[in-house]
Amino acid sequence: MKFKADRAILLRALAHVQSVVEKRNTIPILANVMIAVRDGRLTFTATDMEIAIVEDVAATATRNGACTAPAATLYDIVRKLPDNAEVELDHPGGDAQLALRAGRYATSLVVLPTEDFPSMTAGTLPHKFSLPAHTLRALIDRTKFAISTEETRYYLNGIYMHATESDGQKVLRAVATDGHRLARVEEPLPAGAGAMPGVIMPRKTINEVRKLLDEVSEDVEIALSDTRIQFKAGTITLTSKLIDGTFPEYERVIPHDNDKVLRVGSKDFADAVARVSAISSERSKPVKLSLARDLLVLSASSPEQGTATEELDGERVSYEAGPLEIGFQARYLNDITDQISEKVEFRFKDGSMPTVVQDVSDTSALYVLMPMRV
Amino acid sequence: MAALCRDCFGDPGEARVCPVCGGGRIVRHGELNSLTMAHVDCDAFYASVEKRDRPELAARPVLVGGGTRGVVAASCYVARMYGVRSAMPMFKALQACPDAVVIKPDFQKYAAVARVIRGMMEALTPLVQPLSIDEAVLDLRGTEAVHGAPAATVLARFARRVETEVGVTVSVGLAANRLMAKIAAGRDKPRGFCVIGAEAASLLAPEPVRLLPGIGPALAKKLEAMGITRLGQLQALDARTARAKLGEDGLSLVARARGEDARSVSIERETKSVSAETTFEADISGTAALERHLWRLSEKVAGRLKAADLAAGGVVLKLKTASFVSRTRAHRLANPTQLPDVLFEAARGLLAREADGTAFRLIGIGASPLAEGSAADPPDLADPAGPKRLAAQAAIDALRGKFGAAAVVRGRGFSSPKAKG
Repeated sequence: MKFKADRAILLRALAHVQSVVEKRNTIPILANVMIAVRDGRLTFTATDMEIAIVEDVAATATRNGACTAPAATLYDIVRKLPDNAEVELDHPGGDAQLALRAGRYATSLVVLPTEDFPSMTAGTLPHKFSLPAHTLRALIDRTKFAISTEETRYYLNGIYMHATESDGQKVLRAVATDGHRLARVEEPLPAGAGAMPGVIMPRKTINEVRKLLDEVSEDVEIALSDTRIQFKAGTITLTSKLIDGTFPEYERVIPHDNDKVLRVGSKDFADAVARVSAISSERSKPVKLSLARDLLVLSASSPEQGTATEELDGERVSYEAGPLEIGFQARYLNDITDQISEKVEFRFKDGSMPTVVQDVSDTSALYVLMPMRV
Repeated sequence: MAALCRDCFGDPGEARVCPVCGGGRIVRHGELNSLTMAHVDCDAFYASVEKRDRPELAARPVLVGGGTRGVVAASCYVARMYGVRSAMPMFKALQACPDAVVIKPDFQKYAAVARVIRGMMEALTPLVQPLSIDEAVLDLRGTEAVHGAPAATVLARFARRVETEVGVTVSVGLAANRLMAKIAAGRDKPRGFCVIGAEAASLLAPEPVRLLPGIGPALAKKLEAMGITRLGQLQALDARTARAKLGEDGLSLVARARGEDARSVSIERETKSVSAETTFEADISGTAALERHLWRLSEKVAGRLKAADLAAGGVVLKLKTASFVSRTRAHRLANPTQLPDVLFEAARGLLAREADGTAFRLIGIGASPLAEGSAADPPDLADPAGPKRLAAQAAIDALRGKFGAAAVVRGRGFSSPKAKG
């Protein structure tokens, strides 16, 4: 195997693969990237046995062949090469070391046999559809923060995606919850997704896909089965296992009769929350919202540090229901307001029941937030 | 060196026998009149209470505990001469001491006696922290003016008063901190009075590591693998080595090996765990049968948590095999709970990995760590069935409150002939 490629192109591809490789290094070859040239085409492959990423890399290939080398080391070397360097990789085959040359720099790396490199098969993926990159990005960004990290309820460690109906419209829905908050986002159902099963995409997969979406502007092709999901974006194919579990019947926890409505500018609200919550370093301390007609008072207190309050009056909030006091974790409020650019609508039942939060001008996303005792 | 006669509370000076009362129980220590942290431990408490009530048993070996399958809850000092210890299985105790008189425990009686003793302690200082039914720490700092006597004298009077008014004996440890007070209390049992001051570190140095509370068999083994068997070797570890070899707790372990302890006495009794266990009449290996016991215990623990306004932040499963090997397995819960179902499900998950055909003689379930009752079973968006379960439990509790515990029994508490383990 022998090829030459631009440092920038190599670096980009290596950045993708080194982020997928197994970091804990339990199985040495999982820390490696497989570099293969077949019929003049160069591909990088990396896997942690849960996710596999395959990327076509533009290069001038002069000899077929393949080897596996440590992804992190290669990435580090290529990152440190000068900007416009042309990099040559040369592997004569067998146990020989992989030679890397760029200008007057040369290194040779120990390789592991390609036969030992695990292949993650996707199997047949009967459900295929495509989504514009920005749509997939919007689905992920507005649900990702609510993914649980709790290990016992592993079925919450991802985003649940399924096809359903909402107000008579067929939609593709993404849902995540950690028990304290829930995020539900929907987009019009793309062609081909109608018969898809509900799937739970693991957090690491979501994070990897999300990173790739920063570099992609065209459509992303998605294909899935009950157990696997595959994303194709440009020259990159990412295949992942799905979480084998049953996502809770989340619809049952979304309140429909919350009638106390507060509307407030997202930025006004977020800034006020940040200011009053600065008093307490304890993350789990609640911010209290005290509501009266067209008045919102945010307050927080810490036994060590003191108290803070901020008033938002009728110029900035509208609220017509009776007085209400309710508390939330500041970070949970911010996670939601971060996703809302203009005006936020809170729909309360009372101080202890789940609260619904939505963007006034965009109802495709719905958030449910559990109050804390104040 | 300051000295105190424990019988007449006078100062015997250098004499070996008290010149005032002729008693021989004299404590001497350079810091006798300045130390204020005390640990008081009743001697063979349950057995002592029983002997008090049945004076004819005074010279006989007495064991308090249940059944042939149970364990020894308390062993009197006569029985201890035969090698019987608390927590020993009863049949083993009886092998060692066949003449022992076995008495079924009467916990209500012991609790009543303990309350009287506690009352006497609280007359000495407001800072009394009970550690168990028969053990407490007392901080007597600043009480000298009130009592007109140093802590040592106050404690000697107290020990005497417990003997004459309650009829059981106590051992007292007096030191500069809680750790050394506890160690002191254990050094001179029964009816002891031991004082440890600045010599703490040198006194601990030659002792085996197991002497230190908190060093159990597992940690002792780990230390031994490092070549550490005596507390002196632990004392010699520098901070960096301690952290590197013993992890986060390494530094505090070394400090304790040197006899240092900064814990204060807190008045509120800290309940550290709530648990329930049962020893089977005959060993059990079947999962279904084990689970039935587990369910009943889960209900018991849930009830105790509720009564104490506490919640389980995690579940500990305890098993003892037919060959007396203990296994404990722990699981942290996502949310604190008071619900028997949640405790049971968590423990059942742990049990599934242990119930591999092994015959067990005991199963237990505990709540640890504990959380406040108000934090129990918060609404959970990922558990749509939660409110229903809470409502069902509330209904069961209400019925039981009215008609007794047997009014409602969950199906899984019943045994079916098919599922016999």
